[in-house]
Amino acid sequence: MNKLISSVSPHFHTARTSQKIMLDVIIALCPAAIASVIIFGWRAMLVIGVCVLTCVLSEYLFEKLCKRENTISDLSAVVTGILLAFNLPVTIPVWQAVIGSVAAIIVVKQLFGGIGQNFANPAITARIIMLVAFSGTMTQWVAPSGFFTDVDAVASATPLMAESKGAAMPSYLDLFLGNHAGSLGETCALELILGGIYLLVRRVISWHTPVAFLGTVAVMSLVCGKDVLGQLLSGGLMLAAFFMATDYATTPSTKWGKIIFGVGCGLITILIRFWGNYPEGVSYSILIMNILTPYISKLTRPKPLIGGGKQ
Amino acid sequence: MKLHGIKVPHKKNTADCAPVRLSVPETVRIPMSMHIGKPAKAVVKRGDTVKVGQLIGEADGFISAPVHSSVSGTVAKVEEMTISNGAKVKCVVINTDGEQAVFEGVKPPEVHDLDSFTEAVRKSGAVGLGGAGFPTFVKLSVKDLSKLDAVVINAAECEPYITSDTRTMLDKSGDILNGIEAIKKYLQPNRFIIGIEKNKPEAIKKMQELSAQTDGVEVKVLPSSYPQGGEKVLVFNTLGRIIPKGGLPLDVGVIVINVTTLAFIGSYLKTGMPLVNKCVTVDGSAVKEPKNVIAPIGMTIADLLEQSGGTKSEAAKVLYGGPMMGLAVPSLDSPILKNTNAVTVMDIKEATPPKTTPCIRCGACLNHCPLRLDPREISRAYKLGSVEDLQTLHVDLCMECGCCSYICPAHRPLVQTNKLAKVLLRASQAKKEGK
Repeated sequence: MNKLISSVSPHFHTARTSQKIMLDVIIALCPAAIASVIIFGWRAMLVIGVCVLTCVLSEYLFEKLCKRENTISDLSAVVTGILLAFNLPVTIPVWQAVIGSVAAIIVVKQLFGGIGQNFANPAITARIIMLVAFSGTMTQWVAPSGFFTDVDAVASATPLMAESKGAAMPSYLDLFLGNHAGSLGETCALELILGGIYLLVRRVISWHTPVAFLGTVAVMSLVCGKDVLGQLLSGGLMLAAFFMATDYATTPSTKWGKIIFGVGCGLITILIRFWGNYPEGVSYSILIMNILTPYISKLTRPKPLIGGGKQ
Repeated sequence: MKLHGIKVPHKKNTADCAPVRLSVPETVRIPMSMHIGKPAKAVVKRGDTVKVGQLIGEADGFISAPVHSSVSGTVAKVEEMTISNGAKVKCVVINTDGEQAVFEGVKPPEVHDLDSFTEAVRKSGAVGLGGAGFPTFVKLSVKDLSKLDAVVINAAECEPYITSDTRTMLDKSGDILNGIEAIKKYLQPNRFIIGIEKNKPEAIKKMQELSAQTDGVEVKVLPSSYPQGGEKVLVFNTLGRIIPKGGLPLDVGVIVINVTTLAFIGSYLKTGMPLVNKCVTVDGSAVKEPKNVIAPIGMTIADLLEQSGGTKSEAAKVLYGGPMMGLAVPSLDSPILKNTNAVTVMDIKEATPPKTTPCIRCGACLNHCPLRLDPREISRAYKLGSVEDLQTLHVDLCMECGCCSYICPAHRPLVQTNKLAKVLLRASQAKKEGK
């Protein structure tokens, strides 16, 4: 007689896999990636390609070297690569993008144990490392060069730099469509919001973090008498609220945890934007809240349904 | 407050299939343990002739249940067999004679007060037929009747595939009513609530008709969300009460009884025929013709499959019960038990578990646990062997419904780890008390 498989229940499993979730994130990032090429030209594609390739390759090699199970098929390294590229100026030298990607995957992710184990967002942290290491090229912004033109475009200020120097911000329409200087994937609010909605519909992320994050920035801008819409549409806010502050490993998992995380990110962003030395504070806000995540998780852990009386 | 749960595929393919009575197989194997508690003691030996409904195993101790012959024939042997949880129990093997002669002692019990009622239930061999197999009379032996407020009739049937409770409601509402009237008379609860998942509209209609025939019975339509039929979940969703950890439904004034168990009690009071047959849903990806059958207890799964149309592909995994909490049987020689409400036969594709990948900390497990546990942290604490952490995480509350393992996109063995963690915690607590 044939041998029956014996295993412990449950015998049914969801069709969802980590790989499918990451694939959804990649799909959600696609509109913004296309927008970046339209806005900043073909070099945007090059930067994204270099970052993705380096991220996947460094994950593969590091795991090979450490004799760990190979995890590149979960596609999380691809997501990190795209997100890091989105946080870089289009003019970034290729070798610097390579170093940033290696730092994201090896230093921030793999040294802490790989997927799910890192406490800080790899793309955000790598961007901050690069900002310190290559402060010149990392703050060299160019105006949108257009689809078919070369990248040797005119130097330009980002909307938030302009604002902090008292100059005028671009029009709302330009901010919404991303037609202004900035990191290559952060400018087009329209496509980022579309991607965010896709993730919400697919239940990859929940509404709590983006609503809390964006809501806090909006309310604080209003309270401080700043241009609310301008603040929402500029800098890396949309990219961060939908794609980086919702990273599973580095943010809380519970509903209230996500709300606290989002509000915290919003407050720190506002503090840095309005009173700090930097024009933009989104990256730092997420990194700081990443560090606080274990405490938020502990604080908001659901109470088991133990009922009254007997314990 | 709303309890979490998961959406599982319903696969109620057999809801419209009235059960087919199978013919008596050549032999039956009746284990002495088909319930929670001490196994029954076999009271027959090789060569004895037995008839349908005759006692073959005597209850041993308070939490135990008697076992009756489901066939007429001759006892071939009393041997040890391995049951699906790995334990070895005595089992009576009977060669049938095909007569199905009914034992002379089978007659309606004389019931006039609570004690004689619970005694009758004890003698009937009734155990929780929803799957748990807890001796029913223990549940009904309420010391202080003033504490009892409501009887919740569990008709949620939240497992995929299974429709045997649905069939009970459609085909045996008279027996259900009879059971309700008996409990009403002897235990005097304030009310009855029949909890049914909303994916069974016909059963809901039937039960609403029933509730119109008698006082104090209401039908509560529940969302189709697994594990709606879990005792703690059902009591919360019908009455809003939380059964305390380590406590019983009676601690919040409730008795929970499965609808098929209740119908059986109703029928036993009328006929005196003990629990010897079971309505079983036969379904799963490898089953050729999904259907409901009435099988004698002790019939092997091999015989049952042969008589009910067989398999269309090789059986890779066979379960007592449904895919969420069902037990995988070691072989097709395993018999139908009192608490078998379904036999699920999976082909190799359905039976192969997905690959486990590293945890991505998405939080799906803790956001879907009906009892609000944190399976991720429990796994970590178990790995570290931290008994204190397991205690503060209340792993002993886990009802092993499997929502966490089902929903995990990394397909980690979460509920499986919970089970191991519970054993570890219990062992260490026992050790502490021993000192």
